[in-house]
Amino acid sequence: MCTLQQRGRVFVLTLTGDGQHRLGHALISSLRSAVASAAEAAAKAGPGAALVTVGEGRFFSNGLDIGWAGTSRARLSELVAALRLLAADLLALPMPTVAAVTGHASAGGCLLALCHDYRVMRGDRGVLYMSEVDIGLPLPPYFVAVLRAKITAANALRDVALRGKKVRAAEGKEMGIVDAVYPSADETAAEAFKLAEQLAARKWDGGVYASIRMSMYPEACRSVGIVEESDEEKRKHFASKL
Amino acid sequence: MESNKDLCTVERRGRVHLITITGAGEHRLNPDLLAALRSAVAASAGAGALVLAAEGKFFSNGFDQAWARTAPPHLHGTMDGGLRALVADLLALRMPTVAAVTGHAAAAGCALALVHDAVLMRGSRGFLYMSEVDVGIKFVDFVAAVLRDKVPDAAARRDLVLRGDRVAAPEAVRRGLVDAAIDGGPEDVVAAAVAEAERLAARGWDGEAVAEIRKAAWPQLWGQVKDHGAGPAPAGVRPRL
Repeated sequence: MCTLQQRGRVFVLTLTGDGQHRLGHALISSLRSAVASAAEAAAKAGPGAALVTVGEGRFFSNGLDIGWAGTSRARLSELVAALRLLAADLLALPMPTVAAVTGHASAGGCLLALCHDYRVMRGDRGVLYMSEVDIGLPLPPYFVAVLRAKITAANALRDVALRGKKVRAAEGKEMGIVDAVYPSADETAAEAFKLAEQLAARKWDGGVYASIRMSMYPEACRSVGIVEESDEEKRKHFASKL
Repeated sequence: MESNKDLCTVERRGRVHLITITGAGEHRLNPDLLAALRSAVAASAGAGALVLAAEGKFFSNGFDQAWARTAPPHLHGTMDGGLRALVADLLALRMPTVAAVTGHAAAAGCALALVHDAVLMRGSRGFLYMSEVDVGIKFVDFVAAVLRDKVPDAAARRDLVLRGDRVAAPEAVRRGLVDAAIDGGPEDVVAAAVAEAERLAARGWDGEAVAEIRKAAWPQLWGQVKDHGAGPAPAGVRPRL
């Protein structure tokens, strides 16, 4: 379902196999476990780490496992709730995160990519696509909060969420959703790894990095259930660093 | 002009109230400088627009950690409290505000520049730098709010605060962080800022309307600072431009 490798200071999280990497309970659970392992290993190793998430095959992720959910609203709700926990893990992760969008990223899969700090994407094929409007599904509140946090260019949110625009990499870059475009999946993965290495080499304190990230997206963090630390706690941290 | 021994000077140029942080140092925002700036801002009553500039290589290099190292921890709050109050005063100011970023503006110093309605920056020297991630300091709530309200583009904001980019003026204009890059030396930047402030003053806007519209435009930021500023002018005194 997924693997976690450590290469130097970079943790590479791979969604394995040629399938759609549908986010069902098993995959979400594995991803959460992997992300927690990365955080734990980084905490032991000291400052300077980064995460890259990459998909094998034609898909980054095609979203929640609606096949398993079928017509059951209860099941769909479960998956929405489970993905929310993973979103929180990523938004609170004490290291920079890069999504290597090596294939289609739709709905929950698109959300997963947006939960990362950076997105690099292949330009030859693949789209970012919030398909919910086309399928007839409303967006869970935390989906909207993350979209609003990360998609800020004029009309971009309207195009992505309300028009179900299939965004290719070059256009994604113009819209400010994609940071860099590469010609193929392999180059995308390689450059994502390089970016992660550069970020890890900055040796940022993971707790500080996460704190600054969360202070940039307070509504998204609240929406996924993260509790922001108080100013008093931050001041104590400041005093301890003098 | 007031004595050069002061931490900042004030002068009027036409309708513009020009505040200049003095000296060749880093203009670290310690309680003394913050108090001097608050006084200088309060002295703007009756002017049509305000400009904040600085002498030397730095606009401001942020909070004064050296001061904090020697001050008892319970007083550290007076430093970010002082900036919070200054920000409140600038947001509630009944005239347009312009920052003349004549040198490096880092961390809280960068946030202070961004609080102004318009930001002009020296084209050939100096950069904006949110150094906190590199130095290992978390953001106080209102500093985060300055960044969220004043740098709405998600990628530009991320590159500034989560990548610690040092952004020179031409790039700062491109990213929407500042309004203009000005050629020449610090005096040219100040002159351009004063000219811009004079143009804004010439619009003849009602000061109270300017203040209320500004506070409503940046509600997250205003919400974080509103209880800390100098407060409204006494009843019966209504400044006119």
